[in-house]
Amino acid sequence: MGEKVLEVEHLRTEFKQEKKKYVTAINDVSFTLNEGEIVGLVGESGCGKSVTSLSIMRLLGDTSGRVTQGKILFKGQDVLSLSNKQMRNLRGGRMSMIFQDPMSSLNPVTRIETQMMETLLLHRTKDKAQARRMAAEMLKKVGIPDVETTLRSYPHQLSGGMCQRVMIAMSMSCDPQLLIADEPTTALDVTIQAQILELMKKLQREEKTTILLITHDLGVVAQMCSRVLVMYAGRIVEEAPVHELFYNHRHPYTQGLIDCIPKIGSGVRRLPSIRGSVPDLALMPAGCKFAPRCPFASDECRKNEPELLPYEGDPTHLVRCFRTKEVLS
Amino acid sequence: MSAEPLLSVRDVVKTFEVSRGFMAKKKLVHAVNHVSFDIMPGETFSLVGESGCGKSTTARMVDHLILPDSGEIIFDGKRIDNLTDREMQTFRRDIQMIFQDPYGSLDPRMKIQDLVAEPLLLHTDMTAEERRKEAVQWLNIVGLSEAHGQRYPHEFSGGQRQRVGIARAMTVHPKLIIADEPVSALDVSIQAQVLNLMDDLQKEYNLTYLFISHDLSVVEMISDHIGVMYLGTLVEVAEKKQIFEKPLHPYTKALLSAVPQPDPDHPNQRISLEGEIPSPVNPPAGCLFHTRCPYCTDICRRVTPELRDMGNGHICRCHRTEEINQEAGKDHVQV
Repeated sequence: MGEKVLEVEHLRTEFKQEKKKYVTAINDVSFTLNEGEIVGLVGESGCGKSVTSLSIMRLLGDTSGRVTQGKILFKGQDVLSLSNKQMRNLRGGRMSMIFQDPMSSLNPVTRIETQMMETLLLHRTKDKAQARRMAAEMLKKVGIPDVETTLRSYPHQLSGGMCQRVMIAMSMSCDPQLLIADEPTTALDVTIQAQILELMKKLQREEKTTILLITHDLGVVAQMCSRVLVMYAGRIVEEAPVHELFYNHRHPYTQGLIDCIPKIGSGVRRLPSIRGSVPDLALMPAGCKFAPRCPFASDECRKNEPELLPYEGDPTHLVRCFRTKEVLS
Repeated sequence: MSAEPLLSVRDVVKTFEVSRGFMAKKKLVHAVNHVSFDIMPGETFSLVGESGCGKSTTARMVDHLILPDSGEIIFDGKRIDNLTDREMQTFRRDIQMIFQDPYGSLDPRMKIQDLVAEPLLLHTDMTAEERRKEAVQWLNIVGLSEAHGQRYPHEFSGGQRQRVGIARAMTVHPKLIIADEPVSALDVSIQAQVLNLMDDLQKEYNLTYLFISHDLSVVEMISDHIGVMYLGTLVEVAEKKQIFEKPLHPYTKALLSAVPQPDPDHPNQRISLEGEIPSPVNPPAGCLFHTRCPYCTDICRRVTPELRDMGNGHICRCHRTEEINQEAGKDHVQV
């Protein structure tokens, strides 16, 4: 196992709702990313996946959200204590991010070359001609066939898949050590998704980049990740190596998520579903947040919140549940 | 199976005009090219394909929201594509639609109960009280309560809204429901709830579905027959089992293999397609798929293949169907 690239400890992010009222979007989130691994972060919409990534990148900015507790260490350096200027140097350089919607995350009124060179000029070189050469090289690496035309294009002239390639090229152009990919293929068609995932894997192998892959698609996780974090209602409820997660998961939410994905070729006509839906942030139930939807919930679950603890003493498999023994039995 | 299809789409063509800038020559987008299929009563027929393949345009033509340039659409024994909007009114009751975006398809200023009762106002002469009762009954059937009826759409989650959309479509007892990506905007856990509901309703009320989706795993759950579309044409039509166990067209195979399987032990046999879908403004000559096809030969680049019946109603549009499936007999996508 390589060096620790990112350590998140007891992170808590709150959002201001109305005057003086705060809701907690994520609470007590802790995890570590090691060098060169792809870790998946999964969960339903509204469970805090994106807030986690925005908190790490310090991109909550002018929104009403703020980190109120916890630590984020990037290569041992406390990200939260950096000045905005220091953070700007880090962001896009050693830490970078790919967003879900490639079409709206690129600037529509500047050419691709300008956008790509902007990052490079900030982090890598002062020479414009060299920056342009580097941009061209990066585009070639991500499999764009006609590099010169693409560099001269505006985002609307490219397809969704092409835009996402440009985004990846841009985020990889400064050799980041950490790449946060927030639903990088959700907006794309399956055949294009397959190409993009292949590309991310290749870059990760070659450059030893650590990737935090945020997705709601467990299929993507199974194909890409070595380790998985499952989030529910702003908390990590299970963490395990990918194989362990699919075959020996211990949290009823994980089980629900896995059971309800239709598998191609299985021939089933009906699927189990998780009853109910994700609780409103302002109306979180007491006790275990999953208890109202959980088929195993007991009185204890409704009263106290379980902690994230190793399952059967295995430090790589953590689960936040009182009734792990009942699940899967 | 009864002999008469409920819906018959025959050789339907639709093109749209686009012009690039002022004074530019008009260009045509070939959205749907000679598409034909039948749906038997009580059956689910799915159209699948990537964005821009013409599946939604086809659905809109069936619902008379877009008129085809040529071809026929026959519903319940009567031709409907040449009807005026007024004449179509009588059929609207029998053909209802469920839309993709549960956020955009419900009027935010109407109460749920009124939204559900609205089709009854248009299509029946029930009194307000009768309509309300009927609406409440449907809300119960789709798993919502009478109290939900007093609320407004913004108070509901995506899955609940989709239930409202389904209740609304069901109030007038339609024969055919066109569902255009009804679960694509929902989380997987909620997807299953909505699909199970649609399945229950189909059994209970003998509904016929035309189901549009890009997601093959969803399509597998709900369909009886499947049509795979690429660039406005049907490339393969068959029973569900045939499509998933013995796909014939190279595009269907690639599409199936591209879906990431939720199983870390699943062998990665991805057939990767090069490049992207060509523009429907300048579709390639010959076989429309030849620019991305791993089996492309000279004839594919020159001659447009016809749809051929490969036995048991398994229809495929490919010159090399036999060769490909003989040599690749063993490496069929095993999933």
